[in-house]
Amino acid sequence: MRDSQGVREYDWWLLALVFTICGIGILEIYSATHASHFAGMHTRQIWWVVVGTILLFAFSRFNYHTILDQAPILYLVGVLALGSVLMVGHTRFGAKRWIPVLGQFLQVSELVKLIIIIVLARFFSDVRTDRLSLADLIKAGVLCGLPLGLILLQPDLGTAMVLLPMLVVGVFLAGIEWKHVLAVVLLALMMLPVGWHVLKPYQKERITTFLHPEDDPKGSGYQILQSKIAVGSGGFRGKGLGNGSQNQLGFVPVRYSDFILAALAEEFGFAGVFTTLVLYMALLLRLVQNAQRAKDRAGMFLVMGVAAALSFHVLVNVAMVIGYMPVTGIPLPLMSYGGSATLFVFLSLGLVMNVRIRRFVN
Amino acid sequence: MSYWFKTDHKMPHTRLSIVSYSIAVMMVLLLSGFWKLQIIDSEHYNQLAERNSIRSIPIIAPRGNMLDREGRVLVDSYPSFSVLLLRDDPALLDHGLPQIAEGLSISIDDLRQQVESARPLPKFQPIVIKPEASKADIAFIESHRADIPLLEMLMVHRRRYIPGGFMAHASGYVGEVSEQQVENSNGRLRPGDIVGKTGLEKQYNDTLMGVDGMRRAIVNSVGREVGRLTETEAIPGKPVQLTIDYDLQAAAEQALQGRKGSIVVLNPRNGEVLAMASRPAPDPNEFAVRIQRDQWQRLNDDPDVPLLNRSIQAQLAPGSVFKIIMATAMLESKAVPESMTVFCPGYAEFYGRQFKCWVFGKTTHGLVDFHKAIVQSCDIFFYNLGKRLGIDRISYYASHLGLGKRTGIDLPAEENGLVPSEEWVNRVYHRKWYPGETISVAVGQGAVTATPLQLARMIGGVAMGGIFKRPHLLKDAKNVGEERFAISEDTTEKVTQGMWGVVNEGGTASSAKLPGIEMSGKSGSAQVIGYDTRNKVGKKKKFKDNAWFVGYAPRRDPEIVVAVLVEEGEHGGAVGGPMARDIVKAYYDKKNGKLQQQYTAQNKQYDLSSGLPQANVLQPRAFLKPPEVPADVRPSRAERASASQ
Repeated sequence: MRDSQGVREYDWWLLALVFTICGIGILEIYSATHASHFAGMHTRQIWWVVVGTILLFAFSRFNYHTILDQAPILYLVGVLALGSVLMVGHTRFGAKRWIPVLGQFLQVSELVKLIIIIVLARFFSDVRTDRLSLADLIKAGVLCGLPLGLILLQPDLGTAMVLLPMLVVGVFLAGIEWKHVLAVVLLALMMLPVGWHVLKPYQKERITTFLHPEDDPKGSGYQILQSKIAVGSGGFRGKGLGNGSQNQLGFVPVRYSDFILAALAEEFGFAGVFTTLVLYMALLLRLVQNAQRAKDRAGMFLVMGVAAALSFHVLVNVAMVIGYMPVTGIPLPLMSYGGSATLFVFLSLGLVMNVRIRRFVN
Repeated sequence: MSYWFKTDHKMPHTRLSIVSYSIAVMMVLLLSGFWKLQIIDSEHYNQLAERNSIRSIPIIAPRGNMLDREGRVLVDSYPSFSVLLLRDDPALLDHGLPQIAEGLSISIDDLRQQVESARPLPKFQPIVIKPEASKADIAFIESHRADIPLLEMLMVHRRRYIPGGFMAHASGYVGEVSEQQVENSNGRLRPGDIVGKTGLEKQYNDTLMGVDGMRRAIVNSVGREVGRLTETEAIPGKPVQLTIDYDLQAAAEQALQGRKGSIVVLNPRNGEVLAMASRPAPDPNEFAVRIQRDQWQRLNDDPDVPLLNRSIQAQLAPGSVFKIIMATAMLESKAVPESMTVFCPGYAEFYGRQFKCWVFGKTTHGLVDFHKAIVQSCDIFFYNLGKRLGIDRISYYASHLGLGKRTGIDLPAEENGLVPSEEWVNRVYHRKWYPGETISVAVGQGAVTATPLQLARMIGGVAMGGIFKRPHLLKDAKNVGEERFAISEDTTEKVTQGMWGVVNEGGTASSAKLPGIEMSGKSGSAQVIGYDTRNKVGKKKKFKDNAWFVGYAPRRDPEIVVAVLVEEGEHGGAVGGPMARDIVKAYYDKKNGKLQQQYTAQNKQYDLSSGLPQANVLQPRAFLKPPEVPADVRPSRAERASASQ
């Protein structure tokens, strides 16, 4: 039996948006690094995009029903992987996040994000009613909470937080009751002081710095300040590619990755930012549209899990660049330099394609 | 394959739409954030970007050296570090000040005050908080770059002068430019620049001062330099070669050691100043870094006025040196017959008042003619001469021989001196000239005052037959000015014969005699205060006479003139004579190729009482009380102490 339809059913508009955004990202990585000892980074990013694209098409060939069938095993693998990272993982920048795979250091938590999207989709499509019971809500919370806790132990607050919107969007679409929402919010507020004690000192510092940036103008508040200076000084039209002083002189922190939008904002101005954000909006709305057109709820939850993760990435990263949120180390999907993050996005888009090309197949 | 998905409900379309709207709202919010930063506050962030990324650190251009006439270094510069405080971040500044104060061992109040007083300056302009950084300071700055990113080191060039106040007044000193100088410079000078404040440093500042360069450095988040963008090289100042001869200057400084006075050595043939010393002298090295207020106060309050360049600023009664002007006036004006003789009994009476000759009470000069009057410096002769010439003629000749006006030397703040006249008393005191005053002026007392440089120029010019080259300190100066006041050959010959006799015919400056050299000159001892006052306060040292001697060689068309002033030196010929003699000897020894050691060693000490006949060291004085000089014509305290008698 033919399991999917032909190439025409791939969402070429979505892919066009993806490659446009990647192109802007690579251009800006080039501009930000060509004159530094990071030179050549953009070529590596191109390779990540190429590899990601291949993975996207490959991943879309497996029927997502088959993948969802394996959800429990994937979940087990993900949790074990996170556990092994904590034990044998490679420590970089004071956090255990990387394990060596294929000669590259892959961030296991990126893969786990993908697994959680699949697991939650399977879980919510199993619910069958349009109402989420309290028991199911708690189950979903535990399902998500275990890997979240393990990622927090690495510690990687940013990635751990990405799991939350997947859960939140999931329970919302699954039909959470308002009284439960209230209960969860109250519980979260009560947990807040506990959570504060669990945070690592640098995480606490980032949050206090965010709340009082003037206390530490040369530390992490400095990063946000420099980012804002880069963005603000870009003005409407920007300083031109390769002409942003904040960017070129290295004042924008990790300008090729987390703060790439600050670099772009400086060199291409509000016009460039507007174009980029409109592209992101089109991409995200296109994802929601794909979810609406999915053949079944399982497909819808898969696509919306991806949409939730990507929206959260965009929101947190962009808000950080303009100083609306603390520094969390969450990259801008498709634009920031980074192998694991790029592959995650392409694989998750592979899931989206997977659902899309099977929407008319029975 | 399982079929758990087969019984799916239909899609939650409403909730999906809510998610879509949420995404759109999120994007609008984010875009509005960019709108605020990039459109509304763009200008603010532009300035921040401009200021923050690139730090401009000046590269201080070294000042040019001052060289003597043979190229020996008199003043140079050495590299040193200043500590700069960056002020662009007020919050950080407030936090960091106590730590900085401790680390650099400055008092915190001092530091706060410096920061406070720099408040009107633009924030990105750093200020110097410690002009001379020690090794410990440099270590402190380097080790705290990350946590106190407020300090920067600036390489500067400190001025270095020969220690002990050597030529201190002529060279002058440098200091931070004043606000007024900045305003008057048409943008050439900026606040904080180091410029010449006095002396040659000021006179030739434009040549000596270079153009500072600028290093535009990229600094990273912790204030460490990570790269350089552009570097405008500093253009070093040009050296200035002076007419000063180090050896003669050293001889002059040595001669004045421990005394109060001045020595000026001139070559009257071309106006070159070979030496110019004034004592007491400050050591400009002490304020090459920064003048402390109390130190400055002390220098200003010192009764010996060490900041006064006596060579050009001490306006004192010239005493008997003035008699050369009288003698010239006598022969040139022909108002008095050359054959005039006077009998000197030691005193004389004019206008009902007794005037004494300087030998009064010891001996008399007997019959005195023109030549003897100069050689023996007989006051009685010149009293009579003054009475017969009248104040108009005296003041005419004094003015034309260069008194009462600046010589035009290339130094700032030269004083005029004063030639009194009927017109002057009329203008200043609104009264008539008393004939008795003429008698005092005739022997260089009374209101007449002159600077050592003026007297050197005058004596040199007379011996040159009336050619007065403008004194100058810049070697190879173009268009040296000159003044001519024709003096007849006959007058020149007779006056210079007299001055030769002063030294060589048992005159008042026999101590200046030099074998084989036509040493000539004129001594003088000028009263500091009036005779009546002296009697009232008793004969304290403070009121001893000022000793003058202006010697030169050879007798006609001299190549060297040495004017010596020793305040409270009492006896011009005895005190000033040997000093001038030694310098002239040094000059000829050097000219004739002898080692300089020979004279500098000899020069060291003067035994004032050794072998000089008492009769020769006493000097004339007059007893007329001069008019009180009002405050507005008193240029300085020193002058006030000595100009009137």
